[in-house]
Amino acid sequence: MTTPVDVLIIGAGASGAAVAWSLADTRMRILCLEQGDWVKSSDYPSNGRDWEARGMGDFSFSPNRRASDVDYPVNEDGSPIKIANFNGVGGGTILYAGHFPRFHPSDFRVHSLDGVGDDWPINYQTLEPYYAENDRMMGISGLAGDPAYPPMNPVMPPLPLGKAGAKLAKGMNTLGWHWWPSDSGVATADYDGRGKCINLGNCLGGCAQGAKASTDITYWPHAIRAGVELRTRCRVREITTNAQGMASGVIYYDAHGVEHFQAAEVVILACNGIGTPRILLNSTSTRFPNGLANSSGLVGKNLMFHPYAGIFGYFEEPLDGYRGPLNVIRSQQFYETDLSRGFVRGYTFEFSRGRGPVGTALADIGTGRLPWGAGHHDAYRKLFNRITGMVAICEDLPEEHNTVTLDRTLTDSNGIPAPKIDYTLSENSRRMLDHAVARASEALRAAGAYDVAAESPLSVGGWHLMGTARMGTDPSLSVVNEWGRCHDVKNLFIVDGSIFVTSAGVNPTSTIQALALYIADSIKQRLANLFD
Amino acid sequence: MDNVDLIAGENPWSAQQRRSLRCLLGRMIPASGDYGVPGADDEAIFADVLTTARPHANHVHDALQRLDALAQGSYTDLDTAQQLVVAETFRAEQPALAGLLAAITVQCYYRDDRVMRSLDMEPRPPFPKGFEVEAGDWSLLDPVRVRPKFYREAP
Repeated sequence: MTTPVDVLIIGAGASGAAVAWSLADTRMRILCLEQGDWVKSSDYPSNGRDWEARGMGDFSFSPNRRASDVDYPVNEDGSPIKIANFNGVGGGTILYAGHFPRFHPSDFRVHSLDGVGDDWPINYQTLEPYYAENDRMMGISGLAGDPAYPPMNPVMPPLPLGKAGAKLAKGMNTLGWHWWPSDSGVATADYDGRGKCINLGNCLGGCAQGAKASTDITYWPHAIRAGVELRTRCRVREITTNAQGMASGVIYYDAHGVEHFQAAEVVILACNGIGTPRILLNSTSTRFPNGLANSSGLVGKNLMFHPYAGIFGYFEEPLDGYRGPLNVIRSQQFYETDLSRGFVRGYTFEFSRGRGPVGTALADIGTGRLPWGAGHHDAYRKLFNRITGMVAICEDLPEEHNTVTLDRTLTDSNGIPAPKIDYTLSENSRRMLDHAVARASEALRAAGAYDVAAESPLSVGGWHLMGTARMGTDPSLSVVNEWGRCHDVKNLFIVDGSIFVTSAGVNPTSTIQALALYIADSIKQRLANLFD
Repeated sequence: MDNVDLIAGENPWSAQQRRSLRCLLGRMIPASGDYGVPGADDEAIFADVLTTARPHANHVHDALQRLDALAQGSYTDLDTAQQLVVAETFRAEQPALAGLLAAITVQCYYRDDRVMRSLDMEPRPPFPKGFEVEAGDWSLLDPVRVRPKFYREAP
């Protein structure tokens, strides 16, 4: 048996890193168990000529495609949208694009304003100071003054527009539509030991420059210097409980497959909207036969993605192609509810820059624009560096039939039951996606595109995993309370995207981390009576 | 033959299969004198393809078997026009296998030095040199800056 700790955090990704850093100033003994490894910047694909190929292999965002021994398999046959994640120090921030928008005030009041979903038990004002603190810790670039948001002050200037951004901005201006520089985790100046962006163009494969705010290079160095222990290659099987029904620690496997028990006074789950319900559902006992913290029956239910559409325009003149970060500008012209559009809630357009040489060929062999044979080279040169566009990231509403359960036969390399995803795209989402494709096509044509292609929904787009251990004040309708503590187990907390009540129509990392900092502060303020 | 045997073997494909594959690559992306680029059947690119294809050896094997079946013999024995017809038939009939072969081929072809230079790319990885991206004209944002706020307040 290992030495007991005061706080045990499971997962070293976006939320685990933030909560570890924030709690470090309590001087408690804090341990984080992470099933993956540290990733060396010299291992990232941008160091090699095969950078695009590796994005489809060992640095794919699909755990099933990577299939490394630190990944767990996911049965996603029951979902049109496939799971994306990364298991390692930094978690999903290793492979995310770096988009860093906040939720809007209306995103916390979906039921009150629009009569769908549920309201959050907290609001924008609750999280605002934590958003700002997180922006400083992660080092966010952007521009103040966006009329789509309450005031905020990014800590670095915005990313360059480039040829593609300027082209798209002109199209949006022609239509009179909103756009604004993206809030981004990509540094535009040297910041807290990170180098500024040098436009490698492969943010999704991990940033070899270290410009992108992944938590292995933002929060973790600070947390470790403050005394937090981070133990890698430790895969948690289950959370154990004592006779009083409190969490007593976890059982985990080390890199050699040896089983250990780690005792803890407080356990914090930070494993994302798939990994967290997986552990809770695997943590059964006589007292908790349906999984831990699951008296509501809602652990693993209400899974939300963000249904994505990808829309790309073909232009006559050269644009940025493979150069530059994926983040550039966004539009929230269609964000707030307008029922005349045929759906409730809304979406964000996130514009991109272009494609690499391999990506260009792969995409347009698929669309039929790039032939085999004699016409290949002429056609390729009309495409290369001449494609840009956007994704629409649509708000997904909670529905109990969208679930994470345990697969009956599939297991990881330690024999732990794997998660099984069952998800159906709602009619509201379909209408929103259709609207987004039509409006994006207008914008691209207005920008000068001679042709437009779209994929909707993006099947690979399960980047955002939310809602499967929702927050609320009623224990029969939620898993955690309004400050992240499980209703059923008073020394068990959840700080990842599982606790989202609704998804908003923006990337969740900023809100996940703001919530983690808010919950850490809530714990610190209640240390004397934390378990009451 | 199962996938494990194919991967473990020194040569996952027979000499004839390798000839068929190389021939197909040349039909997929032929050399171009106009652009000064080799075809995908170039010796160096083909060697890269063989290495890259090894994890997918079983599927490549299936693809080449189907190609020969469509050729009613050896694909390499057909004349160029017939090879093109069979290649298109193969694409239409076996989109998944054809897509796999195309994916492997283009990821090797478009990282070849000669091909990258023909596209005005430096033949190097992105890091550490990086690339230039112009800042752009931020006056484009002026009409948006003067727009009234349009987010909804919520208590």
